[in-house]
Formats: sequence, structure tokens, C-alpha cells
Amino acid sequence: MRLLRAIAGNAKAATGAVMLLAFIVLALFPGLFAADSPTAEAYKRNLGASGAHLLGTTGLGQDTFAQAVYGTREVLEIAFGAGLASTVLAALIGVAAAYLGGLWDGVLSLFTDMVLVIPLFPLLIVISAYVHNSGSGVLIAVLTLTGWSYTARQLRSQALALRSRDFLAAAKVRGERAIYIIVVEILPTMISLLVAAFLTNALYDVLFASSLQFIGLGDPDATSWGTMLYWAQNNEALQAGFYIQAIVPGAAIALLGAAFALLNYAFDEIGNPALRPVRTRRRLWRGPGVPGGIPLGKHSPRSRSSSLGTPAQSSGHGAPAAQISPGRDRA
Amino acid sequence: MRFILRRAGFFVLTLWAAVTLNFFLPRLMPGNPAIAMMARFHGRLTGQALASLETIFGVNTHQSLLSQYWHYLGDMATGNFGTSLFFYPSPVGQVVRSAIPWTLGLVGVTTILAFILGTGVGIVGGWRRGGLIDSVAPPLLVITSAIPYFWVGMMFILVFGLKLQWLPWSGGADLAATPGWDAGYIGNVVEHAILPALALLVTTIGTWTLTMRNNMVTTLAEDYVRMARAKGLPTRRIMLDYAARNAVLPNLTGFAMSLGFVVGGAILIEYVFNYPGVGYMLLQAVENEDYPLMQALFLLITLAVLVAILLADIVTAVFDPRTRTA
Amino acid sequence: MLEVSRLSVEYGTRPGVPVRAVDDVSFRVGKGEFLGIVGESGCGKSTLLFAIAQLLSDPARVTAGTVAFRGANLVALTDRQLRAVRWEHLSVVMQSAMNALNPVKSVGAQFADAMRAHGTRSRATIGERSREVLQMVGIDPAHLASYPHQLSGGMRQRAMIAMALLFTPDLVIMDEPTSALDVVAQRALMVQIKELQAELGFAIVFVTHDMSLVSHFSDRLMVMYAGQVAELGPTRKVFDHPRHPYSRGLLEAFPSVTGPKVPLAGIPGAPPDLSLPPQGCRFLPRCSRAVDECGARVPDLTEKDGTLVRCLNTF
Repeated sequence: MRLLRAIAGNAKAATGAVMLLAFIVLALFPGLFAADSPTAEAYKRNLGASGAHLLGTTGLGQDTFAQAVYGTREVLEIAFGAGLASTVLAALIGVAAAYLGGLWDGVLSLFTDMVLVIPLFPLLIVISAYVHNSGSGVLIAVLTLTGWSYTARQLRSQALALRSRDFLAAAKVRGERAIYIIVVEILPTMISLLVAAFLTNALYDVLFASSLQFIGLGDPDATSWGTMLYWAQNNEALQAGFYIQAIVPGAAIALLGAAFALLNYAFDEIGNPALRPVRTRRRLWRGPGVPGGIPLGKHSPRSRSSSLGTPAQSSGHGAPAAQISPGRDRA
Repeated sequence: MRFILRRAGFFVLTLWAAVTLNFFLPRLMPGNPAIAMMARFHGRLTGQALASLETIFGVNTHQSLLSQYWHYLGDMATGNFGTSLFFYPSPVGQVVRSAIPWTLGLVGVTTILAFILGTGVGIVGGWRRGGLIDSVAPPLLVITSAIPYFWVGMMFILVFGLKLQWLPWSGGADLAATPGWDAGYIGNVVEHAILPALALLVTTIGTWTLTMRNNMVTTLAEDYVRMARAKGLPTRRIMLDYAARNAVLPNLTGFAMSLGFVVGGAILIEYVFNYPGVGYMLLQAVENEDYPLMQALFLLITLAVLVAILLADIVTAVFDPRTRTA
Repeated sequence: MLEVSRLSVEYGTRPGVPVRAVDDVSFRVGKGEFLGIVGESGCGKSTLLFAIAQLLSDPARVTAGTVAFRGANLVALTDRQLRAVRWEHLSVVMQSAMNALNPVKSVGAQFADAMRAHGTRSRATIGERSREVLQMVGIDPAHLASYPHQLSGGMRQRAMIAMALLFTPDLVIMDEPTSALDVVAQRALMVQIKELQAELGFAIVFVTHDMSLVSHFSDRLMVMYAGQVAELGPTRKVFDHPRHPYSRGLLEAFPSVTGPKVPLAGIPGAPPDLSLPPQGCRFLPRCSRAVDECGARVPDLTEKDGTLVRCLNTF
């Protein structure tokens, strides 16, 4: 369908999608890829990469490769779990605020802003400090409860713009209740923003969760990339020269994060054609695009648009602080 | 002016919320952490320290929740954060104060630098669509923004500290060096700050650049930019006065929101480099269950973020006349 | 004074599928003349305007033709050369002043910008001239210190016109300057524009979709359809006796307040997709007077009784 075509046409989206799929496969079928058990401390410690141990062994004698593969599951659980949950929470609060308006809006918005402004990571640290050894379930809960505010604001803005549209007035006149209107009428119109929000949340949840695990606030017995780094740090892997123990989990996090980020950025471009990379020029061209002109024959990365009829509404979502601007029709 | 007052009011409210959070969190946690703590420090605590523990956890006090809360608010307002448990018997306030200058230097300078550089590169990148920056930067920065901060730090340590041995990678200064305002010590401090600063810079600059570039692109499509061209204004003036000045505004607001992430990154960087700042101290406090210290640091960090946001709001008000009439 | 010759503008959004928004357009504007350009949304009139003023931006570009103004071909000039022409001899008024004025600079600062860019440095001169043009459009000079969002819609529009007249240019191009206003303000603005023109003697190219409004004020009228010139001639001729079926359709779509009540007739159908332009006349699918040859090739502009019409079977 159009979405698939749009993704396939955009290099960034395609790359991100492929990477994400690869990780999902790893998480679902770890046994296919890693022969060893991730938790068995059965091997010699601190071995380098070799045929028997693709990525060497950890300071506790576990197979690094197996750990990395099996660890995918927990990370993805957190990413999708917390990402989804916080997006849903944000959607309910943000859209409710926009739709209900008045005092409700004031109260909800104030609450959202307050949660937004309190620095997230220190708060996560403090909460995790009280709950020792947070497993992935606790992490998901904590990340959800603290990470919904930015998305809620974005969604509220979008919903406000939609509020005055006719199809909503029609629903109201039909006598539908507020919650019905919010869930059945408003939310589906905001799909693209919701997807972008989910991707952003997933990315940051991965980073935050592994950071918490890295500094020792997670469950040290869990098999996860963050905990791998924690043990590497604990065993002073870097100083002792066992670089691979530190590089592998970090690289894994970076790759997964990059997958989410690429997808997110690509969705931004698909929705807002103005942001797409500029194409080959064939003449001297003036304008704020290129002051002074581009010489003949210069190439730039090409990107194909899904269709000429892109929606007039553009929203800058994905990276924090990108503005949301209402669409304008050009005659 | 009303805009500023409203924002200031909002921040006082949020600060109060943070304090309240500090008060209620330990009481809400499953398995009263207080009991474990008391057991650990049993016999080693007297007077002051015991009192602060009791205030924080509400143990052994025979007061109602409400009066405990009132008491707590009073303590916070007067700056009485109690005694540190890890750095016993130093009062928390004193301990915190020793860490502030390190963080201020490292994080403060780096953040401002990252913001200015990132915004600058973003302006040029957005202006010259199709140019080098515009093609390379976005995908590159998208990827770098996904890399965990602490891992960048670790890689820096690996490459520059251990392998190449160019720079020190632990601590704020050499342990053996004596603190003082002399060139030797200051040079030492700077040396130790380079790697953590670079790590922080590399990880935070991406966001500024990307959002600024996106904002520039959106702004350049505006009619007033076309109008500026129609008037025959010189290119530099259009880029700065018409495009950038408008594009930067949402970035400033975003600066506020991103500050939360910057703080998170700073904490991790300090941890990785053993840099004796506020973040490092927070983690030490957590590790050693020094709850009075931990709560005070949390409040401090929150306060710092709020102040920074307020400053950004003031700057926005100065540069955007539309907010002044709001 | 202005001669547009066979101008074509293409949007290159998809490689290999250019959209020709302006196709082979030619017309002349004499000194002090008021030319109105009308057509429906998407017919290319705004693009044409920006192409004339060399204000197109990615992905639009001029692919053919010339724009002769004051002895030079604007299309071939560099930015630096254009700067000498811009605003001093050719200025632009846009549709929405709220969007066309920089929201973070005061009105006076934007006037000063323009003047400084063209060599006027003295603050006294700048202030004096700014006040002068504001008074010309009936705005209190105190508003030089105001920001765009502090002015009313009508005032903003007039401020834009004042800005366009800073150097008393030879030609002012206006892109639907009245569309954002209510009917009363529209007429007031038009009257003011006409008065200024009489006083200062500049020529006007005025783009709008409101044929009836502009016909009261223009000397000549040009009707555009699907990027091409459909009809071009003296206003009275085009308005009273439209020859192109599209022009007639446009006119009949506007009810007359004073005339007899007639059922409103729209023009059925929609404009063609310009990425795949038809071989023959572009108005063919919607035309009630089509003949066989109409589909063979695009009709040329032929003269009929003082008006140019692109039609094989005119009224």
C-alpha cells in the first residue's frame, strides 16, 4: 500500500525498517543465531573474538555474542512496551485536553508542562534508587509514567488544530460522547503524528533504560545490553584492554537507536516534502536554496516522493523542538 | 513583562512539585527503604543525621503526614537539607557546593557551545539546500543522536585516553595536584575537562543542528523571505535577519525542553569520566543510599533546569515581539 | 515597458515528469497601465508573477522565454544585477501581509531595510520617506514603530503597498492583495491603489481570481487557464464580450447585483493535470463549443477585434 511504497522509496526509511526488522527477528528467534546460553558462566573469562566465541567472552565467562543476541529481547520489550504505553498515555491526555478545552485543558496542560519541565533522567535515577534492581517491568512502568509529557503537548497542538473541523461537529451533533469522539474520530486522523511519537519515545526509552542499567540501577542479573555495559564497566574492561566487551553492547544500542531515529526522520520527510534532500540541478540556479548558484552537474542524494499530492498539512515531529506549522494551500 | 511573570510563577509551582515529589516518593515505595537504611546505619548516627533521615522518611516521628510535609517544606525553604550519610558528618549543603563549580564549568560551557555551534551549522545547512552540510548532516546527525552518551564517552576514553594516551580521562584534576588559582592547576583542570567536554559536545550538538536546519527550511518557504528577496536585500541580511531570526525562535523553546536530555547526558558523562560534578555525586549518593544528599541534588538539578528555561524564555521575549503582547 | 515573451515555468518535483505551470505566456505592459490577470486557483497566475519578478524558488524554474524590462532580460540577470532593478523599478505586493511582513521586525525597520539596501544611509532621509509613504496610504506614521501583528489586516495590506512605493517604481506587481480582506476593505483598497497610480504613474500587474473586482479598475484584462493565456485584451472588450468559452464561463459564474436574476452557471469539470497535459486545447473537456480540430493541437493566440484569443470556435 502507499505506506510501504513510501518507505521503500525513501532510503532512510528503508534502512531503518530493515535494521529494525533484523532486531525483531533476533529477539523472536535468538536460538537460531546464538548457540550458547547467555547466562552460563561456563567459559574462560575475557577471551577475545574467535571462531568459538564470535565476540569473545565477558568478565564472568559468558559468551558475549549470545548475550548480545538474547539481550535483544529485553531491549525490544522495553522499547515497544514503554514506547507504546507512553504514546497511548500521551494521546489520551493530550487529545482530551484539546478536546475538552476550558478548565480541563488548563489543568491538564499545566500538569503536562510541569512533568515536562522536571528533568527526566535525574527523576528516573531517583525513582530507580528507591526501587532496587528494577527489572524490565519496573523500567517500562517508570519510563511510561515519566516520558509522556512531550508527546502529549505535541498531540494537544495537533488536536487543537483539528478541533474546529466539521467532521467533529458532526459527531457531536449525532450525540456521541466525548470519549468516543476522542478515540474514534480524532485519533485516527493523527496517525502520522502518533507513529512519529512512538518512534521517538521508543528511541529515548532504549537510551534511558540502558543508561539506567549501565549505572547499576537495573537488575544486574538480567540479560540486556545495558547490563552488559554495566558489567564491563564493573570489571574495568576498558582499562584492562578487553575492549570488545564495551564496544559490542554500545554498538548494538546505537544501531537499534539509529533504526528508530532513521525511521522517524524519514517519516518527517515523507510528511513534509520541503525537508527532503535536494535533487540534481541542471542549470545555474538562484534563490535562497543556493545563493550564488550551483555549478552544472553537481549531484545530491536523490529521494523519491510518494506522490505529487502530498497533504497540505506539514508537521515537524520527531526531533524535539521541531515546530508544528499549519498547512497552507498555494493557489 | 506579564509573560515573564507568568513563566516565573509556573516555575515556582514546578519547583514546589519537585519538592513534593521528593517528599512522597520514598513514602510510596514498596518495602520501606527507611527501615533498611536505619538498619544499616544503626548506631552510627546521632542527632542531626538521624533527624534528617526521620524528616525524609517520616519514621519515628509521631506527626501526621500533613505536619511532616509542612516541616519538610520549611526545611527546604530555609536550605536545611540535613546531613550527608556518605560524606558523614558534612552537611548536605556543603557537599553539594563543592560539586557545583565542576559541573557548571563542564556542562555550562559545553551546552552553550553546542547550542551556538549547532544552531550556526543548522542555519548554514538550511540556507544552502543541497549543499554539503545539508546532504551530509541530517542523516549523520540522526544516527549520532541514537548513540548512548555514555558509550561515546567510553569510546573517547578508549581511543584518546588509553590507546593514544593524549589526554587524561578520569577525575577533574590530578589527585596529586594541589588546588589553587595558579596556571599549573588550571591547566591541569582544563586538560582533564577536554575529553568529557568533547564527548558531551558530540552527543548534544546533533539535536540543535537538526532542528535548526529543519526550522530554517520551513522558514525559508515563508512569504516574508520571498519579500526580502523582492526588495533586493543582500543575501547575508536575508539569511540572518529574516530567516534565521525567525527560525531560531522555536529552537529556543526547544532548548528548554532539550535541557532535560542535556542534564541526563551530563550525568552519564561525569560518571564515565569520574568527573567530580553534581551528576557524579548524584550517582554516588544513589549507590550509597545517601538519600538526603540524593534529594538535595535532585532539587538542585531541577532548579538549574528551571532557571535555564526561564532565561531562554526571557531571550525569546526579547527577540520575538509577538510574545510581549501575549 | 515590460515585455514578457514566451515565458515557461516548470516545477521539477519528480524527475522526468516536469509540471509546466506557465506555458508559453506573452504579453506587454505599457507605462502607467493597469493589467489584470485572472484565472482560477492553480492556473499559474501567481507562478507567472513570481517568474516575472525572478522570485521563484526550488523546485520551480524558468525553462523558456524572456522578461524584458527596462532594456534587460530579467531572466538572464544575476542576483547582483537584479538588485539594481529590485524595488527601485519593480516592486511586489503579496497576498497576505501577515505572511509577507517579517513578524519580528517593526514596520519601520522593514522600510529602512529596503532603503538601506539601495544606498540610502541617512536616518533622516529614511525616516522622512517612510513617513511620507505611510501618509500616502492613509496610515498614521506613528505606526512605523509597530510590529505587523499589531496592525489590522487592512492596515497591514496598505503598509505593504506603502513599502512597495518607497522608490516610486515603474512597475508594481500585486499578487491577490485583496483576497485576505473583506468585501468593503477590498473595494477601499482598490480605490486607493487606483488613486496612487494616477498620482505616481506606475504600471500595475494585478493577479486575482476575482474577475468582477479587477474589471472595474484595469485597463486590460488577461485570462489564464491551465498555465496558458486564454484571452487578452482591453478590459471592456473582454469583460463585456468574452470570446473564449472559459472567460465567458468565469463571467457567468459571478452573479450581477443589479442585473436580472439568472440561474448561476458554473463550469463543470476540473482543470487538467499539468504533469500530463493533453495534446489539444486544454479547455476541451469542459467546453460547450468544442469542434473536432480542438483536440488535435493547442490553438494559437489569434486576434479577433482587438482581443487575443486562444480558441478555434470563439463566441
